[in-house]
Amino acid sequence: MELIIRNGFVFDPLNKVEGEKMDVFVKDGKIVEKVDECKAKVIDASGMMVLPGGVDLHCHIAGSEVNAGRLLRPEDHFKNFERKTRVTRSGSGHSVPSTFTTGYRYARMGYTTIMNPAMPPLEAKHTHDELNDTPMVDKGSYTLLTDWWFILECLENGKIEECVRYAAWILKATKGYAIKIVNPGGIEAWGFGRNVQSLDDPVPYFNVTPREIIRALCKVNNWLGLPHTIHLHTNNLGKPGNYITTLETMKCVEDLALKDKPVIHITHCQFSSFKGSNWRNLRSGAEEIARYVNNHSHVTLDMGQVIFTNTTTMTADAPFQFTLHQLTGNKWMNHDVETETSSGIVPFRYKRKNFVHAMQWSIGLELALLVDNPWKIFLTTDHPNAGPFTAYPRIISWLVSRKARESTFKKISLKAQRKSLLPSITRELTLYEITIMTRSGQAKVLGLKNKGHLGVGADADVAIYNLNPEAIDPSKDYKEVRKAFRNAVYTIKNGEIVVKNGEITKHVNGATLWVNLQTSEQKLFNEKLKEKFRDYWTVEYENYAVEENRLKISNPINVEAKI
Amino acid sequence: MMEVFKAVTCPVCACLCDDLEVTVDKGKIVDVKNGCAFSKSKLLNYNGKQRVLKPLIRKGNDFAEVSYDEAVKQAAKLLTEANYPLFYGWSMTSCEAIRVGIELAEEIGGVIDTTSTICHGPSTLGIQDVGLVSSTLGQVRHRADLIIYWGSNPLIAHPRHMERYTVFSKGRFQEKRKLVVVDVRETETAKKADLFIRIEPNKDFEVLQALRVLIRDDELDVEKVAGIPVATLEKLAEMMVECKFGALFFGSGLTMTEGKNRNVDAAISLIRDLNRITKFIIMPMRGHFNVTGADMVFTWQTGFPYAVDFSMGYPRYNPGETSAIDILLRQESDAALVVASDPVATLPRKAAEHLVKNPLIVVDPHMSATAKLADIVLPSTFVGIEAKGTAYRMDNVPLPLKKIVEPPTGILSDEDILSKILFEVRRLKENAS
Repeated sequence: MELIIRNGFVFDPLNKVEGEKMDVFVKDGKIVEKVDECKAKVIDASGMMVLPGGVDLHCHIAGSEVNAGRLLRPEDHFKNFERKTRVTRSGSGHSVPSTFTTGYRYARMGYTTIMNPAMPPLEAKHTHDELNDTPMVDKGSYTLLTDWWFILECLENGKIEECVRYAAWILKATKGYAIKIVNPGGIEAWGFGRNVQSLDDPVPYFNVTPREIIRALCKVNNWLGLPHTIHLHTNNLGKPGNYITTLETMKCVEDLALKDKPVIHITHCQFSSFKGSNWRNLRSGAEEIARYVNNHSHVTLDMGQVIFTNTTTMTADAPFQFTLHQLTGNKWMNHDVETETSSGIVPFRYKRKNFVHAMQWSIGLELALLVDNPWKIFLTTDHPNAGPFTAYPRIISWLVSRKARESTFKKISLKAQRKSLLPSITRELTLYEITIMTRSGQAKVLGLKNKGHLGVGADADVAIYNLNPEAIDPSKDYKEVRKAFRNAVYTIKNGEIVVKNGEITKHVNGATLWVNLQTSEQKLFNEKLKEKFRDYWTVEYENYAVEENRLKISNPINVEAKI
Repeated sequence: MMEVFKAVTCPVCACLCDDLEVTVDKGKIVDVKNGCAFSKSKLLNYNGKQRVLKPLIRKGNDFAEVSYDEAVKQAAKLLTEANYPLFYGWSMTSCEAIRVGIELAEEIGGVIDTTSTICHGPSTLGIQDVGLVSSTLGQVRHRADLIIYWGSNPLIAHPRHMERYTVFSKGRFQEKRKLVVVDVRETETAKKADLFIRIEPNKDFEVLQALRVLIRDDELDVEKVAGIPVATLEKLAEMMVECKFGALFFGSGLTMTEGKNRNVDAAISLIRDLNRITKFIIMPMRGHFNVTGADMVFTWQTGFPYAVDFSMGYPRYNPGETSAIDILLRQESDAALVVASDPVATLPRKAAEHLVKNPLIVVDPHMSATAKLADIVLPSTFVGIEAKGTAYRMDNVPLPLKKIVEPPTGILSDEDILSKILFEVRRLKENAS
């Protein structure tokens, strides 16, 4: 199919196009220079914004943990459902929607690529089966490697090369896209109900520290030449005073930086930017974090922006989820995975009038506004931890408009109003910067060369929003901005129109992205692994790996690894 | 030519032991290594006299053999004509077949329910009330020093559970473990226990709540609970508090006795409370080999684990209203498709009576009690023997089911049969509009 998107205001930061009025040509799923004007279907985008399809590098949308969240919360689904239509499947869920519904909702907002950030290797088949059932978007998943015994044991013995081999094997076996690190050391400690408190706290029963784990996996990541950096959820997440841990975490891989390329991504940074020593004297550490990030090029962040709503928190950081359960008294799910990882789930309501929640809301926005370079911080809610992804348009309005921030600010806890840094921040992001934070920057840090831009050869994933950047002032007309981003006029996936006026017009499947590491033959290594297998897991070697034919549409990214 | 298949996943119970070695000779299974008695019995004898080898349609008191096309056409017609059809079973088939089943139920606007409804359904309700503190079975094997089986008899019902995952297994941190059994009779498992607590029937809730009091170091002002001296319960409470990693497994002895989901609620609450003191997990002993998988697929596709009603065009869930037995007892359904289960043999008589009174389609490899009373029988392959697929172990670990022998000539898998029905239903609907 051939398409001409005519006369739109094109925002394509990777190609330095800022709201220029121009045509975009699409053929066979790619952006091209020219199409046959007689045959092509024409979309009149005059007065509208034309953007690359949205990219989300951190949203919990599939796998055992997400599904446990769905199971736990029928009350989340009862009033929030979608009917079956001629083209779509039905579904339900506000904060943890069912798979089809997840795909449709992303597509309606103009998103076309999303990444599931936590895949327990033993349950990778489950994650991929759910991704197969998540339509409309390309998707991938990060393999949880933090406290896998094989890694910990290699580190105990200082065998970094062996670490690289294991990591390569498991990424391939799980069809993962990146290395995910969560509360390093803390997860293993949780195996006996404990946690670690700092980067240098030894992991019980293993002679290693969180600092060593982070540094080692960062080296592994560089060694393998993975497209994304290590994707890290810090130690002490969600605890007052943790901004110091976050600063130390970023510092600890400073010397591993590769020229100007980032080597570490600190995810949902809001949860790791708390100053103070307890909940009563909680303050924002956003300024310190932003200052560090502004002065260093080896780190990127995403927001983890809090939304005032009822949501479901879920992470592999099971000891943190236990703390949250004790704090709130809310129901609690825990699921530890042998030799690998853990996870926890607690329903949570963020309230405007609650001092801590309001501070968290403020800290997320402060981070996004204080980090100067939009290529370094991305828009997320750590869906569904700080709120569901459907709130992104609301966050965009807060970022582009001081007035929008003020209107929410008035309603939050008075104590938080006094302590928040927000009133002192005048910056209002431009729509160009929003484009970077919601697609181009994310695609770049993920190493997705064909996504996040509209240059010739890019995947024809395009979002068209009914917003005329010449006619409106986002600062004043923030409600218009919010409305426009909520429902794309058109979402184009792989060159096909899949959404029109916020309605799904076609159900498409989308591919699963994974890193296909090309290594030299590892016969000896595999034999050794096979021997050890039954001592570590309760399943057989032959039944562990995810076969490529399990993926409905497989899109391997080939990477030459030097092992 | 003998061929040995290694790492075969056993399609019997939710332990899903995946270390079976199956020898096939001339297309027939001749030997099974590592399997329990159930496993051997199924794998060696599945292809018995009860096997259905042709699609059947009822003609009066007899069945007539027809083609799959004919049977599928009739089945699709019956289902599309019905107002409120029930789609029941699913615990003994693959996740791939279940996916099609849900799509079919949605397309027709019926209600779909699994055998959880008569088994661990109350566990789900308990979990939805208070949560669940759990882990995979390997975590138990590596770390647990205290194992409790409550209302469950693994030596008989899940024969390799203790050998592979608990008392008789070896892990990284633990080799010696204490075994406690709580039951209403001295089971085979109880005979192996370090501590056996025999409680009065239907008093689980009281015992669990008493333990919740005792682990907080509070006192009980009674001498006995459920016929057990408080001193015995104190001993158990002490074992629980003092272990490094405890694991409680519960069976239908807890879920299907008086109190039902309240019992599960109390058991989970006890374990949750224990986590303030030490590390403890709890896990339901799921029965059929893929009942967990059915819960999983239902949940990710619809948001709800069982008893899902599509009659309004979107998933609704209200066990008691939208669950199979209740619908049958209220005589609301007007047709049914049964896949991979035998409700006539397992449901209350009144419910089964309503089921067979209306058009009934059965997809099953066997001439089961339900198939005998059906209007249409669509014979299928045995998944895990003659067809591949995915199943979930009781601890949510997905495992591949293998195809090790060819099915009888012309016999289709559950997944294929359901896809054909779905295709035909869509065709009928399109023609009608």
